[in-house]
Amino acid sequence: MILSTNNISSHFHSDQFLLWSLRFLALMAGSLLLLVVVFLVHEAWPAFQQIGLTSFFTDADWAPTEKLYLLTPMLWGTLWATLGAIMLAAPIGILSALFIQYCAPPFLARGYRRLIELLSGIPSVVFGLWGLVVLVPLIARWQPPGPSLLAGILILFLMILPTITLVVQASLAQIPVSFIHNATALGLSRWSMIRRVILPTAKAGIFTGIFLGVARALGETMAILMVCGNVVQTPSHLFDPIRTLTANIALEMAYALGNHRSTLFVSGLLLMGMVVVFVMMAEGLRHREIYAATK
Amino acid sequence: MLPQSKSVQDHCGAAIIWSSTGLISFGVLWLLGDLLWHGWSQLSWSFLFSSPENAGREGGIGPILISTSLILGVCMIVAWPMGLGTAIFLAEFTQDDHRFGRLIRGSLDVLAGVPSIVFGLFGNALFCQALGLGFSILSGGLTLACMVLPILIRTTEESFRAITSDQRLSAAALGFSTSTTVGSILLPAAIPGLLVGSILGIGRAMAETAALIFTSGYVDRMPESLLDSGRALSIHIYDLAMNVAGGNPNAYATAVVLVGLLIIINLAASWIAEKWTTLNQLPT
Amino acid sequence: MDHPQPTPHLIQAEKKLPGIQSWRPYQSVQACCEPIAHIRSEDLSITYRDHLALQTVNLEINKGCITALVGPSGCGKTSFLMTINRLTDLIPGCKVSGRLQMNELDILAPSTNLLHLRRQVGMIFQKPTVFPFSIKKNLELPIREHGKHARETWSATIETILQQVGLWNEVKDRLDQPAQALSGGQQQRLCLARALALAPEVLLLDEPCSALDPISSGIVEDLIVSLRGQYTVIIVTHNLAQARRIADHVAIFWSVAGIGQLIENGSAQSIFDSPQHELTAAYISGARG
Repeated sequence: MILSTNNISSHFHSDQFLLWSLRFLALMAGSLLLLVVVFLVHEAWPAFQQIGLTSFFTDADWAPTEKLYLLTPMLWGTLWATLGAIMLAAPIGILSALFIQYCAPPFLARGYRRLIELLSGIPSVVFGLWGLVVLVPLIARWQPPGPSLLAGILILFLMILPTITLVVQASLAQIPVSFIHNATALGLSRWSMIRRVILPTAKAGIFTGIFLGVARALGETMAILMVCGNVVQTPSHLFDPIRTLTANIALEMAYALGNHRSTLFVSGLLLMGMVVVFVMMAEGLRHREIYAATK
Repeated sequence: MLPQSKSVQDHCGAAIIWSSTGLISFGVLWLLGDLLWHGWSQLSWSFLFSSPENAGREGGIGPILISTSLILGVCMIVAWPMGLGTAIFLAEFTQDDHRFGRLIRGSLDVLAGVPSIVFGLFGNALFCQALGLGFSILSGGLTLACMVLPILIRTTEESFRAITSDQRLSAAALGFSTSTTVGSILLPAAIPGLLVGSILGIGRAMAETAALIFTSGYVDRMPESLLDSGRALSIHIYDLAMNVAGGNPNAYATAVVLVGLLIIINLAASWIAEKWTTLNQLPT
Repeated sequence: MDHPQPTPHLIQAEKKLPGIQSWRPYQSVQACCEPIAHIRSEDLSITYRDHLALQTVNLEINKGCITALVGPSGCGKTSFLMTINRLTDLIPGCKVSGRLQMNELDILAPSTNLLHLRRQVGMIFQKPTVFPFSIKKNLELPIREHGKHARETWSATIETILQQVGLWNEVKDRLDQPAQALSGGQQQRLCLARALALAPEVLLLDEPCSALDPISSGIVEDLIVSLRGQYTVIIVTHNLAQARRIADHVAIFWSVAGIGQLIENGSAQSIFDSPQHELTAAYISGARG
C-alpha cells in the first residue's frame, strides 16, 4: 500500500498543515472514548464516595427516596434476558447461516438473507411497539401478567438473530471450496461434513457473532423497556416482570438528582464495562485467521 | 455445493434447518405485516405534514419530522469533518503497525459497541449539563454525532483504501503535493464511499431512541431554534405506545414512516455501492 | 533400442541429495500388473452448462498399475478424474454421460451408494488441503466417519498409515499440533495418509506434485511408486518426465477444436518409444504443448 507519509515534502506548506490538522482531528476522534469514560466516572463519583461500591450489591432494595440503591435485581434481569436470548439465537443463527450458505437454492438463499437484513434494520422502538401490542397480550393469555422476562427474551432473540446469522454466514462463505471437495472425496456425508469439518473450521466466526450478539443484547434499552414490565425484582421464573439496568437508567434519569443520578451513572459504567469486554473479545477473534488453507 | 442428503442423519439435519428458517421467516413477516396492517390505514399526506393534537392521538407528525431532520443535520455536520479527517489520516498516513493509528482504530472499534443508553448518559452529562445546552436539538445532534462517528470513519477509510496505488504513484510522479493528491484526486474518487457511509450513519442515527431521550427532549411542537427541545420520530413512537392511552394507531403509523424511511435509505446506500463498484472496475 | 545409463557422477550426486530424481530410463512393464481392467469407461462425455468439455472417452485402467493421464491444460483430464469418485456431482451445471464401471459397479448410476464409492476411491488434490485441526484429528476424521475400526485401534491405525507415507518419524511427537504448521510436502503426504486411512482400492492423484518444491516433489513421487501393486493409481500430470519415471500406462489427452479428447493410450513403453498419433509424437518430443 502506497503511503502518503513519505511523500510529505517540506516544500509544500500545505502538506505540513494538512498532516497536522489531520492528526488533530484523528486525535479528537480517538479520544472520544476517553471523554465518555471520564464524564461517566465524573458523574458517578459522588455515588462511589458517598454510597460505596458494596452498597450497590448489599442494600435492601432499590428505593432511592429512602437512600437504598440495590442494583442486583436489575443486574440479574439484564443477565437472564441476555442469556435466554443468546441460548435461542446462537443455534438458530447458525442454522440460518447454514441454510443461506448450503441448503437453500440460490434464489431462496438471497431472499432469506434480505429478510434477515431487513430484520437487522428495524429500530428497537418498533420491536418494542410490536412486542407491547402483540406479544405481551399473547403471553398474558398463557400466563398473566404478560410483560415478563419471556417477552424480553423473545424480543432480544429477534434483535440479535441477524447479527449472529450474518457474521456466521460471512465466515462460512470464506471456507475454501477445496475443503468441501476434500471432505467429499473422503466420503463424508452432508451432515457429517457440516458437523465435523465446516462448523469447527468456522469456529472463530461463530464466536465473533455470539460475542457481538451478547454485546448488543446487554445494551438494548427501548424494546426491553416496553415489554418487560419494569418491576424491580430478581426474576424467579420466566413469567416474572423484570427491570434491566438499561431500562432502569431510561426510566429514572429524567427526574433523578444527586446520589440517585450518580448511581444511574454507576450502572451505566457497569453496563459499559460488560459490553466492552464482549466487543473486545469479538474484535480479538476477528483478527485471527483460523482457517488459512495453506501457510 | 455439498453432497446430497442421503442418510437419516442428513435428512433430520435438513428438516431442522428448514423448519427453523421457516419459523423465523414467519416471525419476521408477522411483525412486518402487523406493522403495515395497523399503520397503513392511518397514513396520509396530512398525517405527514400536520401537527400532533391531543397528545399525539390525533393529528400528524409534521413538527416531529422537522425536528428529526434538524437533529440528523446537526449530527452529520459535526460528524463529517472529524470523520473525514480521521479516515484520511488512517488510510493515507498510517500503516498497519503504526501505534497511534492502531490506538485510534481500537478506540473507535470499542466506541462502536458502546450501548446507546450510555451515550445518552454521556450526552446528558456533557452537552446538556456541562456545556449548558439543556434539552435541545443541538445536544441530541451532538450526541448522535459521537455515536455515528465510528461507522462513518470505517466506511470512509475503506473507500480510500480501495483506491488503487496507481493513482498515488502517478500523482507523485507528476510532483503533486500530498494535499493536492488528497484533495483533487483521492477525495473525488472516494466520494461514493463517503456517501454510502453517511447514508448508513444517518440510518443508524434515525433509529436511535435511548440516546435522545434525555438529550433532545420530548416537546412535540415545531422547534424554533436549535436550542429548542425537539422530539424525534423514534421518541414519538415510544411516547405514544407507553405513555399515551389510545396512542397505538398513530404509533403504528409513525413506525411505518420510520421503517419506510430506513428502507429507502438502505436501498439508496446499496444502489450507490453497486454503481461505485462497477465504476471502479478497470477495463480488461 | 539401447537406453543410456546414468553416469557414475550422477549416481554419486544422487546419493548425497536424496529425493532428487535425475533422468533415468523407465522400467519395462513389471509383473505387478496383470492386465485386469479395474475401471472401464465407455463413451464418457462431460459437459459444463452446455459446453462440451470432454468427448467420448473409451479407456481401461488396469488393476494395480500406475496410469498417467497427460496432456496440456484444459483437455479434461481432471474432469475425467473427478468423474470416477462422482465429485462432478458437486459442480453446478456439470453433466456426465456414457458408462463408467469399476469392477461390477456402475459408477454413474443414480442409485450408487456414493459414500461406499468414495471409500473405495481416494483422491489427492493439487493444493495440499489439510483441515485446520491437529494431525491426529485430520486422520481420525475418515476413520471415525466410516466406522471401520473400534476406537481403541485408531492410534495403531494412524501409526501404520503414517509409517506407510514416511511421515511417522517426522510427526510422531507432534500429533496434537496443527496440521497446517507442516511444510507443503509434509501436508501433501498427510493428505495421502488421510486417503489411505480408508484402505481404498483406487487412488486418484490430481497433479499432486505441481505445488511442491523439487525435493518434496521427489519424496512424494517415490511414495507414489511404492504404492504400485497395492492400489490402482491414476495420476494426472503435466510433467512428461514424471510420467516417464513412474507410469506403467499412459493416456494422452488433447484439446481438439476446444473439446477435450483421448487421442492415444497404451503402455508407457509403447507411448514413449513408438507413439502412433502424430500429436502424441509432437507432444512427447516437445514440439507441441
